Amino acid sequence: MPELTRPHQSHFFADLDSTPLGLVDLVDESAAPASLWVEAWHSLRRRPLFWISATLIALVTLVALFPSLFTSLDPGFCELKYSLDPPTAGHPFGFDRQGCDIYSRTIYGARASVTVGVLTTLVVVLIGSVFGAFAGFYGGWFDSLLSRVTDIFFAIPLVLAAIVVMQMYDDVSVMTVTVVLGVFGWPQIARITRGAVMSVKNADFITAAKALGSSRLATLARHVMPNSAAPIIVTATVSLGIFIVAEATLSYLGIGLPTSIVSWGADISKAQASLRSQPSVLFYPAGALALTVLSFIMMGDVVRDALDPKARKR
Amino acid sequence: MAWYIGRRVLQMIPVFLGATLLIYAMVFLLPGDPVAALGGDRGLNPAVAEQIRAEFNLDKPFFVQYLLYLKGILTLDFGTTFSGRAVIDVMGEAFPVTIQLAVMALIFEGVLGIGFGLIAGLRKGGVFDATLLLVSLFVIAMPTFVIGFVMQYVVGVKLQWLPPTVGGDVSFQTLLMPAIVLGAVSFAYVLRLTRTSVAENLSADFVRTATAKGLTRSRVVNVHVLRNSLIPVITFLGADLGGLMAGAIVTEGIFNIPGVGNTLYKAIQQGQAPTVVSLVTVLVIVYIFANLFVDLLYAALDPRIRYA
Repeated sequence: MPELTRPHQSHFFADLDSTPLGLVDLVDESAAPASLWVEAWHSLRRRPLFWISATLIALVTLVALFPSLFTSLDPGFCELKYSLDPPTAGHPFGFDRQGCDIYSRTIYGARASVTVGVLTTLVVVLIGSVFGAFAGFYGGWFDSLLSRVTDIFFAIPLVLAAIVVMQMYDDVSVMTVTVVLGVFGWPQIARITRGAVMSVKNADFITAAKALGSSRLATLARHVMPNSAAPIIVTATVSLGIFIVAEATLSYLGIGLPTSIVSWGADISKAQASLRSQPSVLFYPAGALALTVLSFIMMGDVVRDALDPKARKR
Repeated sequence: MAWYIGRRVLQMIPVFLGATLLIYAMVFLLPGDPVAALGGDRGLNPAVAEQIRAEFNLDKPFFVQYLLYLKGILTLDFGTTFSGRAVIDVMGEAFPVTIQLAVMALIFEGVLGIGFGLIAGLRKGGVFDATLLLVSLFVIAMPTFVIGFVMQYVVGVKLQWLPPTVGGDVSFQTLLMPAIVLGAVSFAYVLRLTRTSVAENLSADFVRTATAKGLTRSRVVNVHVLRNSLIPVITFLGADLGGLMAGAIVTEGIFNIPGVGNTLYKAIQQGQAPTVVSLVTVLVIVYIFANLFVDLLYAALDPRIRYA
């Protein structure tokens, strides 16, 4: 640091380090610039909503993977003599009409919902991002063709399409529901991916990649897609919740998962008859479902805010 | 604008053909025989099955079947149900009820969603805003049928403010609660959409100019902010009309409303595949036209779209 105060100087000069300019010099230029994701993480970890939803998602995932950690009771073991009994010691949520323990059914029901939600989202992201990426990246008649196909699937509301297909099946499994919801759920992701790819593909760094001899497919995979991932991830997180609701709706209509698989949707549907005598029969599975869906939607919301620099500044 | 309309209508044709083909293929090409399912566990007499197949053209090659079905749609001949009634008559009874329900739901979600969304957007970050956001998240996370059960039980049975079921008595009063339940999820979306849009427009240059010109706060908000914020909301509401018709399946089942959803649900339970196809086709056509209408409305409201 050179000496700033000189013998004939009549004004006071602040030391460079104590002026705002000093801050500019403090930025470490040798380090890599903070990426979108790092910045997003910095803003995310200060949001209480992020921690709440992350905790809830972790908890639900744990319950879905290892239900026996949370209850020692078998959800299929029911005794009619306990039918609609209020909560007692060891049975904190009480009993349903068949005399099954509501707590253990709520715990075991998580697996079906979470599995359908996660697997359907994977299927949807896979189909949707491939369709959207090719349509957006290659453009022209190829884009027109893929976009029309997307429109066709988009024209049939998800639950409606699922109803038409599901009514044909007698033995439904988690896989059936996943495939049906996946096949009709992808257009939204495809549209969002297409939009994101189109806004990225004319950026300078894409031109640079091409100039350096990167093939079209490699450019798409290595440069365009990673930079279009943000909106896809946000939409996928929110749709995960929506797919769980869709699965429950199908179970409610009686064409979803059979009663042999413990699921929240089927339990809620059965609770309709007992609602007037024992509201908790409805309350616990519906509450668990709503909380699970809520945690995914909240997560999507917070991540969207964090990834959007405009929203972050305010 | 005429050019835009023409292009948009032309784009609709392949979508219409593709969607109807898809529905038809889903029902009649997938494993599982809708005619055999009619017989239940005992199975159907082969001669009867043969006759039903001939009547619904199921004995012809798939594409001939599809073309005959398409011809039926275009001439408004949707065939008959397995019990012998013309599907078009069944629809004639059911559709007015569902349309009334959907329009009531649309008005509910539009008026309250925009109203609350505007207040929340103007006071972004306040207590009211935070409360509304949380409530809207809960509504979105809750399946419609749970909201339906709870409303039916609390408002209909416990408090007895509104009739808990509709049955044969279709009127404004009986449809009010089902309409609120049907529109609840969309209400939450409209609220969030309006809120974001209003909050964004509040900091726009044209709003600052309007304020700087000396316009009153109410004029700036009502004329400049609200009108510009409503463009995405109206788009959502238009597209939602089709979605509400599909969502009516659940709501009509809970409240026992004699509409399209309930008819469709019963047809599914009885395994009446041709009726299911006809009803779903009409719903999808409504949905496609609603989307077309929305796109045209969007282009009329926002010139940037039609010149893009």
